[in-house]
Amino acid sequence: MSAIPFPAPPADSDAVVALRAEFRAFLAEQLKDRSPRQRSDNWYGYDRAFSRAMGQAGYLGMTWPKQYGGHERTAFERAVVVEECLAAGAPVGAHWIADRQSGPSIIKFGTEEQKQLILPRIAKGELSFGIGMSEPDSGSDLAATRTKAVRDGDVYRVTGTKVWTSFAHEADYVILFCRTSGTPADRHKGTSQLLVDLKNTPGLTIRPIIDLAGQHHFNEMHFEDAVVPASMLLGEEGQGWDQVMSELAFERSGPERFLSSIELLVQLIEVLKTRQSDAAQITVGRVTARLAVLRRLSRSVAGMLQNHQDAGLQASIVKDIGALFEQGLPDIARELIDCEPDPRAASAYASVLANIVHNAPSWSLRGGTREILRGIIARGLGTR
Amino acid sequence: MLADMIQRLFERSVDDAAQARARDGQWLADVWAEVEEMGLPLALLTEEQGGFGLSLAETGEALRLLGLHAVPLPVAETMAANRLLAAAGLPLAEGPATLARADDLAVAGGRLTGTVERVAWAEQLDCLAVAVGDTLYRVPRSAWTIAEAGLSLNFHPRPTIRIDWTVDASAPLPYCPLAGGATVRAYQIAGALEAALDLTLSHTATRVQFGKPLQKNQVVQHELAKLAGELACATAAADLAGEALDRGDVLGVAAGSLRAREAATAGASIATQMHGAIGFTREHRLHLYTTALWAWRDEFGGQVMWAKLLGQAALDAGGPGFWPMVTEL
Repeated sequence: MSAIPFPAPPADSDAVVALRAEFRAFLAEQLKDRSPRQRSDNWYGYDRAFSRAMGQAGYLGMTWPKQYGGHERTAFERAVVVEECLAAGAPVGAHWIADRQSGPSIIKFGTEEQKQLILPRIAKGELSFGIGMSEPDSGSDLAATRTKAVRDGDVYRVTGTKVWTSFAHEADYVILFCRTSGTPADRHKGTSQLLVDLKNTPGLTIRPIIDLAGQHHFNEMHFEDAVVPASMLLGEEGQGWDQVMSELAFERSGPERFLSSIELLVQLIEVLKTRQSDAAQITVGRVTARLAVLRRLSRSVAGMLQNHQDAGLQASIVKDIGALFEQGLPDIARELIDCEPDPRAASAYASVLANIVHNAPSWSLRGGTREILRGIIARGLGTR
Repeated sequence: MLADMIQRLFERSVDDAAQARARDGQWLADVWAEVEEMGLPLALLTEEQGGFGLSLAETGEALRLLGLHAVPLPVAETMAANRLLAAAGLPLAEGPATLARADDLAVAGGRLTGTVERVAWAEQLDCLAVAVGDTLYRVPRSAWTIAEAGLSLNFHPRPTIRIDWTVDASAPLPYCPLAGGATVRAYQIAGALEAALDLTLSHTATRVQFGKPLQKNQVVQHELAKLAGELACATAAADLAGEALDRGDVLGVAAGSLRAREAATAGASIATQMHGAIGFTREHRLHLYTTALWAWRDEFGGQVMWAKLLGQAALDAGGPGFWPMVTEL
């Protein structure tokens, strides 16, 4: 029996039902002035004020221990908040990485001092994180990382370049994946993670990488003999590979892997509802079915995480199928409505379509390319 | 456990020779007798209705096993028909049965007359649970004749029948027969896709070309990953439909059924391609599953009917109402 198991997700408890209703009301108030075009930015919308409001209302660090500012709620309750944010097009970018993966990594591997310093501020929505993994010569092949950190007394001296760091120009910290001994030929061995303060690190230069839509999310971080206190080593020196794999498991499992273009579907339905045709009904019906089943798979993963089960394989399947779904929506829309997309159009539909067409290619690249994910799934099937 | 018993029964009794007999239109009476002895026709009933009070997970597993073994008997149909008959308070089938919607049957002067198309194994059935408008009729075998032969893509009989019957068993319709049939088919599709993945993994591990097993090629690995994904979707889709049927939510059934049908199409295509020419023959077992998948994806309401139903509900919900609707499915 070769099927990769997806256990049935837990039924919604009364607490979950109440949380969903309460959180929808919170979002309706917070987002009342947000346009469809802005909502279509989905998880790369960046708004510190929104993140602080989330933190104040208790919606960040939801599963973390109370002693670090968390709320000790279930992984499933957090999943409700996350999917409702994405479905509504909330600008989650300023807390997204911190709440999803950096905070959980610090809880898992951090020192008491690091936990006290960082976690309460993430939970308040005050600290923003970026990801420090990819390099110019090591994207998918993360083990080829070259950025070097050399211990010098009570500091590390860091030299190297990281790329594709979303919001490095805005964020406060990154978790930097780097080599503390040996050479890239050593692959997984000799790697470590450092917590780098983006605002106060001498020797660090951040440069924008403008994407094809003309937007500035990505950055290049160049470290030139940059000084990072040794107290900011995350976890153990030399254990960076296992730690970064654990971080990626947090990154690949969520509903952002199929809801990135949900605003286009919302606007498509809004346009078609007054001119229903067989084609419109059939197409929207099929898309709705795919979405409902992806959501069930994603909820199954959330249930596994709640039970502390390893869901790496399942998360890869959700991300692979999810990316195909969210990337496919613009072409499905184009089969139903003739419209020239326009990034600056006043029309909600034309501007949302433009934003989605521009950004869709990235969804099967970031967080693990389609090819990497399929390799992981194939390995899980026992083929290599 | 029920699942183990079913697994053992079909491993023993539904071999290639039995499949060949069924393909020739023969009724596997010995296998059916064992199916009845095991109580499978009652598996979807609650304890109050005379069933075993199985959980949704247990009934789902039973239905998946019917797909995993491509069982060439209307077991799933009988389970779904009995579930509907019990919900309506009508007597259960005393043998194989199926369920249908046939709104153009005429009801006049206490007689039900007309034709019903594509009734699985109609010759061998004990009764048919058929909905006309808001009424469910339990039509006994003696009330119909075979009007025209019909065959499914996996070569099982699906004739058109002509009914002429003095109504003596009817009740208000509890839910649409197509919803019951589509739900059991979704589970069967998931089971058949699991068998197809098993066969494909085994074939690509042992078949050597250009000096290495097919499976060592990255392009093959990626196709296997896609097939595993379609299987995951079909399994989740079947569970989604099963839960929805239990709460009487036809939109949830539509969503689960539709996605399972899509998975049948995509999965059968990958499995066949990965087998190469041998997958196109009757010499290899894969055809049992691919032909069943191609048949099942178009039964109990087609893709178009279910998609229009769900799509219209989504469009009626409108942009702001769409996501809240999805979270209820």
